[in-house]
Amino acid sequence: MRVTIDEDGCVGAGQCVLAAPDVFDQRDEDGIVVLLDETPAPHLHDATREAAVLCPALVIHLAE
Amino acid sequence: MPDIGRVVVVGASAAGLTTAESLRREGFDGLITLIGDELHLPYDRPPLSKQVLLGTWEPERTAFRDDATYQRLDVGLRLGATATGVDLDKRSVALASGDHVPYDRLVIATGVRPLRLRQGHDLAGVHVLRTLDDTLALRAALARATSVAVVGAGFLGSEAASAARTLGLDVTLVDLAPVPLSRQFGDELGGWVGDLHRENGVEVRTGVGVSALLGDGRVSGVALADGTTVDADVVLVAIGSAPATDWLTTSGIPLDDGVLCDSTCQAVPNVHAAGDVARWHNERFGALMRVEHRMNATEQAMAVARNILGDPKPFTPIPYFWTDQYDARIQAYGIFPPGSTMTVAQGDPAHRKFVAHYHHDGDLVGVLGWNMPRELRGARALLTQD
Repeated sequence: MRVTIDEDGCVGAGQCVLAAPDVFDQRDEDGIVVLLDETPAPHLHDATREAAVLCPALVIHLAE
Repeated sequence: MPDIGRVVVVGASAAGLTTAESLRREGFDGLITLIGDELHLPYDRPPLSKQVLLGTWEPERTAFRDDATYQRLDVGLRLGATATGVDLDKRSVALASGDHVPYDRLVIATGVRPLRLRQGHDLAGVHVLRTLDDTLALRAALARATSVAVVGAGFLGSEAASAARTLGLDVTLVDLAPVPLSRQFGDELGGWVGDLHRENGVEVRTGVGVSALLGDGRVSGVALADGTTVDADVVLVAIGSAPATDWLTTSGIPLDDGVLCDSTCQAVPNVHAAGDVARWHNERFGALMRVEHRMNATEQAMAVARNILGDPKPFTPIPYFWTDQYDARIQAYGIFPPGSTMTVAQGDPAHRKFVAHYHHDGDLVGVLGWNMPRELRGARALLTQD
């Protein structure tokens, strides 16, 4: 799995961090997504998929 | 998995599309039909009053998916198709074209429609903002205008006022409530929102109602209840919305400010609802609620898809919503009922960076962050504790 994000469209909701805290974080100042792990390990895949679905700005893209 | 051949989803926006995608993700391999009354491919609405109105995003960027994705998902899109009724006995949806679309499970995700002013709304230059076409019409009108009056200082009106001001127009924001976002977050928080608008050059006329729209053929301004008038080349009416359930009136599906659902988002057997149109019992808060926010559309649609295919579970979200105005990003989790008490828990409103807690009947029911997203996410955890 390879994760890419479209930072420009991010609304800083933080839903991705709630769903997959090992893969995503937020910048302090504006809450914009920070990708911690571009290629998460298999045990993180379900959580990462959940994060991609929950993102209200749909800026998390997965290539599997 | 139950023996279901056909799922029909009426409403092709965030909730409808997420229902279809979630059904596929959960392994459903039957027919899915997604019916929408607009001609555009399904698109996202939050950017409409922000980036699209400002012109920083081209409208195409709001599309959720491209044609190829719908083919890959094997979702039958029927765009430009208006549903006119449901026959619960025959299990079919009637379309304006005269077609009938049979279903085994129906999902209602028709959203809301903007309310209109009773008088004067038909004047040229008077706009609402709900669809992409509404937004492009308003954007074109603002490009030719020097002044705009925004009637209604809720989320939509406040965001549109922010965008119009950023575009350099003279903006007047009108609401009967004492401050912007009063109904949403109370008067103290709303007062700070009003200050933000004033500092950015908006004329904030709150605490006074609209008595009439002025103009002959084309709108020229707004008459207020205190006898004053506001000149405006363009008027945006953002006074709220009503669930789009008129097509269900004689269906037998229970309606009461939305499609009335149980805690699992089921309205009647074989019929669920999701998104802005759904009013369901949220057991977490022990209350019927209908949430007109983007995050709920996704979460509720995922819950509906899972409840259709598996053992129904109550849908008990902590509602999340956000609004962007100027440099302020206001985000909130929970509920903010009238009569709540707000206290600042972190940061400082004077620095426009804080987290506020809302208590109701002694319970913490909502947390709100103003330019403090990380801290707000931490505060969310307080809502999940007993």
